[in-house]
Amino acid sequence: MPLLELRHVTQVYGTPPRQFTAIEDINLTISEGEFVVLVGPSGCGKSTLLRIITGLQRPTSGEVLYRGAPLTGVNPHATIVFQTFALFPWLTVQENVEVALKARGVPPRLCAQRAIELLDRVGLDGFENAYPRELSGGMRQKVGFARAMAVEPELLCLDEPFSALDVLSAEALRGELLELWTRGQIPTRAILMVTHNIEEAVFMADRIVVMEKNPGRVLADLRIELPHPRSRKARGFLETADRVYALLAGQTQPEPIELGAALSEPGRPRTLPDISLNKLASLLEHLAEMPQARADLYRLPEELAISSDALLSLTDAAELLGFVTVAHGDIELTPLGLAFAEASIQARKEIFSSRIRRLPLFSWLLEMLWAAENHQVPRAVVLEALESKFHREEAERQLEIAVTWGRYAELIAYDDSTQTISLDPTGISALVQSELAKALQK
Amino acid sequence: MRKLVLLFKPGQPTHRLLSWGDLVVLVIIAVLIYSGVRLAFRTPSVIEGPQISLAPTALPWYAVLSVGRVFAAYGLSLLFTFLYGSAAARNRRAEQILLPLLDVLQSVPILSFLPVVLLSFSAILPARAAAELASIVLIFTSQVWNLTFAWYQALKTIPTELCEVSTAFGFTRWMRFRVLELPFAALSLIWNSMMSWAGGWFFLMAAETFTVGERDFRLPGLGAYIQEAVAQADPHALAWGIGALIAVIVLFDQLLWRPLLAWADRFKMEMVTGERPPRSWFYEALRSSRLVRWLGEHWWRPGSAWTRLRLGRSSCRLRRQGVQSRRSLAGEGAQSRRSLGRIVWGLFGVGLAYGAYRAGEMLLRVSAEQWGMIVLGLGATLVRVSVALGMALAWTIPAGVFIGMNPRWAAYLQPLVQIAASVPATAFFPIVALFFLEVPGGLNIAAIVLMLMGTQWYLLFNVIAGAAAIPQDLKYTTVLLHLGRWERWRTLILPALFPYIITGAITASGGAWNASIVAEYIEFGDRTVYTLGVGAVIARATTSGDYPLLLAATLSMVVTVVLINRFFWRRLYRLAEEHYRFE
Repeated sequence: MPLLELRHVTQVYGTPPRQFTAIEDINLTISEGEFVVLVGPSGCGKSTLLRIITGLQRPTSGEVLYRGAPLTGVNPHATIVFQTFALFPWLTVQENVEVALKARGVPPRLCAQRAIELLDRVGLDGFENAYPRELSGGMRQKVGFARAMAVEPELLCLDEPFSALDVLSAEALRGELLELWTRGQIPTRAILMVTHNIEEAVFMADRIVVMEKNPGRVLADLRIELPHPRSRKARGFLETADRVYALLAGQTQPEPIELGAALSEPGRPRTLPDISLNKLASLLEHLAEMPQARADLYRLPEELAISSDALLSLTDAAELLGFVTVAHGDIELTPLGLAFAEASIQARKEIFSSRIRRLPLFSWLLEMLWAAENHQVPRAVVLEALESKFHREEAERQLEIAVTWGRYAELIAYDDSTQTISLDPTGISALVQSELAKALQK
Repeated sequence: MRKLVLLFKPGQPTHRLLSWGDLVVLVIIAVLIYSGVRLAFRTPSVIEGPQISLAPTALPWYAVLSVGRVFAAYGLSLLFTFLYGSAAARNRRAEQILLPLLDVLQSVPILSFLPVVLLSFSAILPARAAAELASIVLIFTSQVWNLTFAWYQALKTIPTELCEVSTAFGFTRWMRFRVLELPFAALSLIWNSMMSWAGGWFFLMAAETFTVGERDFRLPGLGAYIQEAVAQADPHALAWGIGALIAVIVLFDQLLWRPLLAWADRFKMEMVTGERPPRSWFYEALRSSRLVRWLGEHWWRPGSAWTRLRLGRSSCRLRRQGVQSRRSLAGEGAQSRRSLGRIVWGLFGVGLAYGAYRAGEMLLRVSAEQWGMIVLGLGATLVRVSVALGMALAWTIPAGVFIGMNPRWAAYLQPLVQIAASVPATAFFPIVALFFLEVPGGLNIAAIVLMLMGTQWYLLFNVIAGAAAIPQDLKYTTVLLHLGRWERWRTLILPALFPYIITGAITASGGAWNASIVAEYIEFGDRTVYTLGVGAVIARATTSGDYPLLLAATLSMVVTVVLINRFFWRRLYRLAEEHYRFE
């Protein structure tokens, strides 16, 4: 019998006219002895899934079975380690561990003893009376692990436990966790970890479950047979990483599909990825220097010193703008991308401006501004219109990204004190020119 | 430094300016005042006051009485806070009513209720008990709202992961309160308690010295002592009384609030150690005291272990009853609970509608002439409040900036200003009044001075905090840019101070409106002086037993102040929060 089984789990937020599906029809089983890692872009619902599995949240529909029985309420056999550690800042290290034991009704004397043992095991002896704020990030997370282990969970859930740590602490802690796990020093039967760091997933997992977003769905379920301890330079490791990148980055589609539906049409419009425009330029410049202007995606995070998550968002944006093409885990600069990388600041803005005008969200927004009195529209109006396509938070994020991109392209201006979006003077002349060109062609 | 600002910061919810909930709340208040006024018809027309002894030896006893009243009200406030705040934070439906109610109540000038509360209580209780109870209720109503608001906001802002940890590890309700909610709210509760105590003293002094015509509602206490000293023109007794009052306030500050703050520093959410943690000599002394440690080891710890064992056992039993059954129980109970809820709300609504109808009827008995007087009075009081606020701003901004920009001065003066802010201006009313009454137009000046005394400290305090919080690199930048003095004020200092000034001014204007009740109408033994103002209208209506006028004036004042808050202060506050806050 599997330890945990999800059947057709779906989570929907909001009420009918403005509904948003966070995760859709997820089927997943976790057996004893498995270390399963969920990877996916941000917003794919992996953290939501973790909360559903531990019983902190009830799914809209579908079933969660634990050892064959449906789960009601919080799962007493599972626990979570959080990205932000979630330690009580007013309790000492020891009290933070004890509190988990106390909640289970362990007598006080035994609590202290067990807590000290556990802290010993994670290497925090001597820090029992310290407050969390006196510890480094890595040590805080050790307290988080000790607290989770205190309740001897059968299923240990980890919500991006290493992503708030510096590189060295994270690496050390990963090794220590793997050692405890592979040597069977903890009574845990299975581990489920959520991460957006692909190397980390390949380094630790027995199985990688790849998710996609909009809506959150399982894209692939890979078994990783590499022996522990794994070397990041080994061929098998790199091949696996390449495969996961290939799955997540997908393949550049023909332009109409890539751009998505127009906002006035039914269907899901393409979301603008939340990226830093500076980093986008760095990526393109970096690619321009590579032989044949192409690279393996999995090598890039290290070379550019960014997270795999950020890289995937950048790739997404560059694809959308037609600066790169992606296929089989490889990324290649298009002639347009090359032109952008080699252009001056002003020329870059012009290229960027001409590219974003093709995006459905922008063509819709520009049309609206063009038609409006004085070419300006209150932010609230735009937001409300966007909310027919996106849930509230996403609509706000999309608008914010659109304003940032539009400002960079000198197409759109935004006045924060009056909360109005307007056409930039440069934008107006650019629009007039393109309208003229269209008319001439006819 | 930033944290100090919390002290006098009123809670400002960010919902719409006016909603239907506010209307319901105003009707509830109108019905409450109306019920009070109905009761007031039965008040005996003559009430004997207590004998106030001016012997300095009586002072400790008076001090105990005064402190006792504030304590009783504070205990009541905490109890109310935990119940009301928790209900508002947990139940979405309750939140929709409870929050606007809280918001209106905290901006209502409480002192305008004093006559109504006193009269209605003395109609059903013996005069002494009524006065005691009225003073406690009044102090309670002055202390409770910001505490409740602080608790509610804390519950709403607990980080999600800490809540999830508590749920995932199966904390009991009690553990959640002890380990999560109370520590998280501790700092904010303590700062707000200090503010509440200051407010409490202000109203206690007013309540202890309240007399209307033949009815003497005075209470034996520090406030009554000071007033009696002024009435008998006894400078020695006056000095003793004021000395005792200030001594009590300083003692509380040093022996209770400072140590609590130093102790509560551990409850900061920040994950970094602060640069200058609050300190208290008394707390250090307690910590290093052998006696205290001995008491802790031999009494406190075994005691708490015992209670924990008790509570632990019962909570275990609760849990064993099972996760399974809880849900089905909830399903059955919900149906009957919902219909019961509907009946209760229905009855409440009917009662409210009836009360509103009767209150409306009573308001119709107020003549047009009297309405005119109320409107005129409101205008006059508004002018007075504005003048007092303007004067306070005129001196506190330069002084506050000077102190705040000099860290060494700030370190010495800030605690002093804090104490000054909590010395109740109402205690000095008799002295100021006596002094200015001889001058032509005296009561007008006296009223403004009294308002100023009650309001300036809040402002000064906030300005100091704001000036101290201006980032050093911005100050350097203005110097490097060779900005002139005026330019520097315009581009850096005033914008940086804006949120702090607004925060201070909101509290200050609330205090000024309150003060008008006792400042515009003064009785000294056989002399009565009053001036044009809504406070005077309320006091005179009480004296002459014109209860419809009392209802109309009190209600008008409440509505006016709420409207001013909503349409003036709230907007400025939002502007300040959105545009002038350093992140």
